[in-house]
Amino acid sequence: MLRGGTVVGMSGVAGLLVAASCLLLPLSSLAADTIKLGIAGPHTGDLAPYGLPTRDAAEMIVADLNAKGGINGKQVELMVVDDQCKPEIATNVAAKLVSQGVNVVIGHVCSGATKAALGIYKDAKVIAISPSATNPPLTKSGDYPNFFRTIAADDEQGKIAAAFVTGKLGAKKVAVIHDKGDYGKGFADFSKEAVEKSGKAQVVMYEGIQPGAMDYSAVIQKIRKEGAEAVIFGGYHPEASKLLAQMNKKQIKVPFIGPDGIKGDGFLKIAGKDAEGVYATGPMDVSRYALNAKARNDYKARYGKEPGTFFDQGYAAILAALNAVKVVNGTNYEALGKALKSSPVETPVGKIKFDARGDAEGVGFSVYQVKNGAFVEAK
Amino acid sequence: MYNDREQAGACLPVFCATFFSAVGQTMDYEYLFELLAGGVIKGSIYALIALGYTMVYGIIQLINFAHGEIYMISAFVAFIVAGVLTMAGHGGLSVLVLAALVAMLYAAAYGYTLERIAYRPLRNAPRLSPLISAIGASIFLMNYVQLAQTPDFLPFPALVPDFEFLEPVARYLSSIDLIILVVTVVTMLALTVLIKYTRIGKAMRATQQDMVMARLVGINVDRVISATFIIGSVLAAIGGVLIGSRTGQINAAIGFMAGIKAFTAAVLGGIGNIPGAVLGGIVLGVAETLGAGYISSAYEDVFAFGLLVLILIVRPAGLLGKAVRQKV
Repeated sequence: MLRGGTVVGMSGVAGLLVAASCLLLPLSSLAADTIKLGIAGPHTGDLAPYGLPTRDAAEMIVADLNAKGGINGKQVELMVVDDQCKPEIATNVAAKLVSQGVNVVIGHVCSGATKAALGIYKDAKVIAISPSATNPPLTKSGDYPNFFRTIAADDEQGKIAAAFVTGKLGAKKVAVIHDKGDYGKGFADFSKEAVEKSGKAQVVMYEGIQPGAMDYSAVIQKIRKEGAEAVIFGGYHPEASKLLAQMNKKQIKVPFIGPDGIKGDGFLKIAGKDAEGVYATGPMDVSRYALNAKARNDYKARYGKEPGTFFDQGYAAILAALNAVKVVNGTNYEALGKALKSSPVETPVGKIKFDARGDAEGVGFSVYQVKNGAFVEAK
Repeated sequence: MYNDREQAGACLPVFCATFFSAVGQTMDYEYLFELLAGGVIKGSIYALIALGYTMVYGIIQLINFAHGEIYMISAFVAFIVAGVLTMAGHGGLSVLVLAALVAMLYAAAYGYTLERIAYRPLRNAPRLSPLISAIGASIFLMNYVQLAQTPDFLPFPALVPDFEFLEPVARYLSSIDLIILVVTVVTMLALTVLIKYTRIGKAMRATQQDMVMARLVGINVDRVISATFIIGSVLAAIGGVLIGSRTGQINAAIGFMAGIKAFTAAVLGGIGNIPGAVLGGIVLGVAETLGAGYISSAYEDVFAFGLLVLILIVRPAGLLGKAVRQKV
């Protein structure tokens, strides 16, 4: 959920740390024949919690790997750089990594910083795998053939909601409602586009509502009038609860699906009985993968705390990169790209490989439904 | 300089024409009726809060921006009381009545204190000072509740049971809607009677007309103004309890939007005028609902405030503001 906008907002702070942030932490000897793995992300500043788990994962994995003899006899050398999620720092640290001969970069973390750095890696023929940059055009634009990611893009949620509504629920007429905010409207727009593209259903109503208003009766009457067979709502739980309560009062019983902004305890608490049967998209449950439990336990044993945000995705990105290096038995740019797209690897987010544009296949969102006051995966 | 009013007169038909052509394309009487019913109910919600607002203004010419916060605090008090009573095994209407009574008591105390602390010291100050003090009190109370209670939303219980006799028309009118409508009308009538025919009402009108003169003839002006604030706050509490159980959720920020909409309704109807507040609320609610229903709900507030601007250009004193010479 990290967007470019966040990054711009942050860029007022602490330019002083630039010099310190460019520190490299070579973990093994600087022998010429090592595999140089760059780790780029925010390691200081207020967004550090998004970057540090990936760095920690890298240190864990690489320490183990090197102790076991490395990849095909070569040691892996980590080059950790801090971009504080700021595009201007990201370009600096990217240039630094390139000048020091980095082979593969894990990062960056924020979409804005990632976009800024990608051009530099592309010119230098270096592959970058981000654990967290979700901005759709990074892969979809086709501008960055050197870019891969282990997290689903922002538009995936909307697509999944649309596919569920038109497929499983079989709705022919869909109402799309949003709260006019970046997050809610973004989800609504992607859903609407996906419904229209699918050709299976028609968007009969597309409306913004006023967050915090006391009454949504007009919108609800419109749902009835347009004969919508499902409602896709982009926004957060307070508005979703109000809409649902009033829909029930007005006896409008159509399936209701929202984004991960409503998939949580807050929604269940506020909506109460009205929550029953409501659908929501949410990040896929990754706890069922064996490697996920192992990675998390290793982390807890080593650092004595729960791993933070994007740990699973970061861990997966590192494993994918190391696997590609192993398959290729070298660091040739074209060969690595091909290997990432063709050789699946077991990771904490499942067995993944990348599609033609660089998005990991099989990661992303599922649809959940409230049953007996709890969200369960909708089959 | 040309005549502004004439220009506004020209704008109005254009607005109406686009509006009614939109209506004409999809004339569907049931839908129109549903929207109108929804609009009247929404309007009576606004009116319920606007009544206290407009009464305080009518007596002391102060826009009490903290009125919305009293409404919010009452909802929190009712939420807590209802929770405790429900846990203690009470149910049904007794919870509603008790919760409402405690909320009204609290609101009265808050209203009295607010006036003593934030407005009385500024009574002889320039008009802008108490206004700024009111805004400050509003921000203070909102943040106080946010810190002392929670910034999250809380699920407000539906304190009004579903009436069986409303079953056939539940689509248009739920039991809580009916209660809000009735309470709004009853409150409006009671307030009018209070101000027109009782001793305290007479004292209030005297205070409004000339504070110094009222004091000279033996009216305890301070007490009258305190009473005004207490009554206004009790009305806010009634609104808080009923509207809370209709929307089903409360948080520390609900007073802001409620205050803004109630203020708009009061100004629309002619601020200081009691039936005007109800009329203004309903006009506002119907305009919002029709605008949202036929054009787009994304622009709901644009219709609401656009209408306010139009009406104030044509009738600067509000809908009923001029018809009644005396503002009480």
